[in-house]
Amino acid sequence: MASDLFPNADTPQPADNSRRSFMKQTGGILGLALAPPLVSQAERLTAYSKVVEGATTITLRVNGQARPVELEPRVSLLDALRERLDLTGTKKGCDHGQCGACTVHVDGRRTLSCLTLAITAQGKEITTIEGLAKGDELHPMQAAFVKHDGFQCGYCTPGQIMSGVACVKEGHATTDDQAREWMSGNLCRCGAYPNILAAVRDVAGQSAKG
Amino acid sequence: MNNFSYTQAASTKEATAAHKDTPAAAYLAGGTTLLDLMKANLAEPPQLIDINLLPFKGIEQTKDGLRIGAMERMSDVGEHPLVVQAFPAVSQSLLLAASPQLRNMASIGGNLLQRTRCGYFRDAAFPCNKRVPGSGCPALEGDNHNLAILGVSDACIANSYPGDLSVALAAFDAVLTLENAKGKQRRVPLTEFYLLPGKTPQKETVLEPGELIVAVTIPTAAHAQRSTYLKVRERSSYAYALASAAVGLDVQAGTIRAARVALGGVGAQPWRSREAEQALVGQPATEATFRAAAAVALRGAQPRKDNAYKVELAQNTLVRALQQVAAA
Repeated sequence: MASDLFPNADTPQPADNSRRSFMKQTGGILGLALAPPLVSQAERLTAYSKVVEGATTITLRVNGQARPVELEPRVSLLDALRERLDLTGTKKGCDHGQCGACTVHVDGRRTLSCLTLAITAQGKEITTIEGLAKGDELHPMQAAFVKHDGFQCGYCTPGQIMSGVACVKEGHATTDDQAREWMSGNLCRCGAYPNILAAVRDVAGQSAKG
Repeated sequence: MNNFSYTQAASTKEATAAHKDTPAAAYLAGGTTLLDLMKANLAEPPQLIDINLLPFKGIEQTKDGLRIGAMERMSDVGEHPLVVQAFPAVSQSLLLAASPQLRNMASIGGNLLQRTRCGYFRDAAFPCNKRVPGSGCPALEGDNHNLAILGVSDACIANSYPGDLSVALAAFDAVLTLENAKGKQRRVPLTEFYLLPGKTPQKETVLEPGELIVAVTIPTAAHAQRSTYLKVRERSSYAYALASAAVGLDVQAGTIRAARVALGGVGAQPWRSREAEQALVGQPATEATFRAAAAVALRGAQPRKDNAYKVELAQNTLVRALQQVAAA
């Protein structure tokens, strides 16, 4: 069991020149190209190491869209998404990085939006639960949560799904034990864990087949 | 959370210059410790200096060993093939820590500087010698079930570093590269980086004001390759260690030629036990040897009301870790 939890020394690991760096580059370029003039001015302020005090307008790239937003440096990415951009699918649980309800993807990596300052997310590609479905077509992980009844009250569900998508993509859902360990940053007070696990493993099986 | 200004440093020079301008400013890397403390008003820096652009990157083999840039993230280091192959205990200490999301965010340098989980430190309603020097320590007679039993003082019994990575780094002779505001670099062994509480528990490391952690270098060795990190927690994942052990052995023909032992969860700082190592070297790799070494490692323990269980727990954790490595 223990060996499932850790990378196999014999397995070739992907070099760090693939998806993440690529996303970073394209995210930055797209963000700049699509930003209104006022906003790129604000981005330059930080790029040239000027000090940002008080409210400033920045651009966040959320679910493929450039979204200008005015905020103070102390605003978390979570609050920016929920309170400024009306993307309330991302949930605020503990607000201290302990529960995983606020999980989003930043440059393709699962990240806690409650412990991320919005101002530091400029130029990065942010994906929230609202960005997973293609129109009316659910993301396979969303469909699997419905199929396996992977929730009761639903409050942790967006974070579970965002974490689950990343977990499968990382290759950390190949066994039940491994998926449990790599989903342990998302707490569910209803205790829907068996069904959440079934959903994540179902999607991992689908992607393994093809 | 207090209001603060924000600046992004594009170079080490910019970062340290900004810190010189605002000495109470804090460096921001992954933010997983800093923002958590700021939300509880336990840290109130007037400015954050974002150091995520600094070039402290890379995981590479050097003549001194494996060099890991301080801005690398826990997840990337924990799964890096060079770490997995040459330093299994270091990889495990990273992957058994926190959660996947936190590991994606937290930097190596920031991990080394995480703060204690002592409940009195983390609640501004209480006095705490670490937070407000001279105010007192309610943990001495209060709830101390998760606190330290080695290297503690009458002023503080917190495990100042509650994490895992530094325990493994302490065992395997890691050396930190630091850079100060003048651009001068110095190398400090991890075991000399942390300070015991004594009468000044507020001073936790030898870092000078404004000084940055640039890299961690771990010497390659047979005992580092044959190593493990065993972590005992209140739940099976996503929790701090009650006790942990980073151990490495070089065993030839049944005899221990070299040994490394460090304990987590029980020391005021990551607890390297050279006494336990001396008790292992030259001896047969048997349970009797391991038990004797574990007894030596905990000899100086100062348990209190709620954490006396840690003496036996730490011994058993160490014995089991040694057994696992010996059998590997």
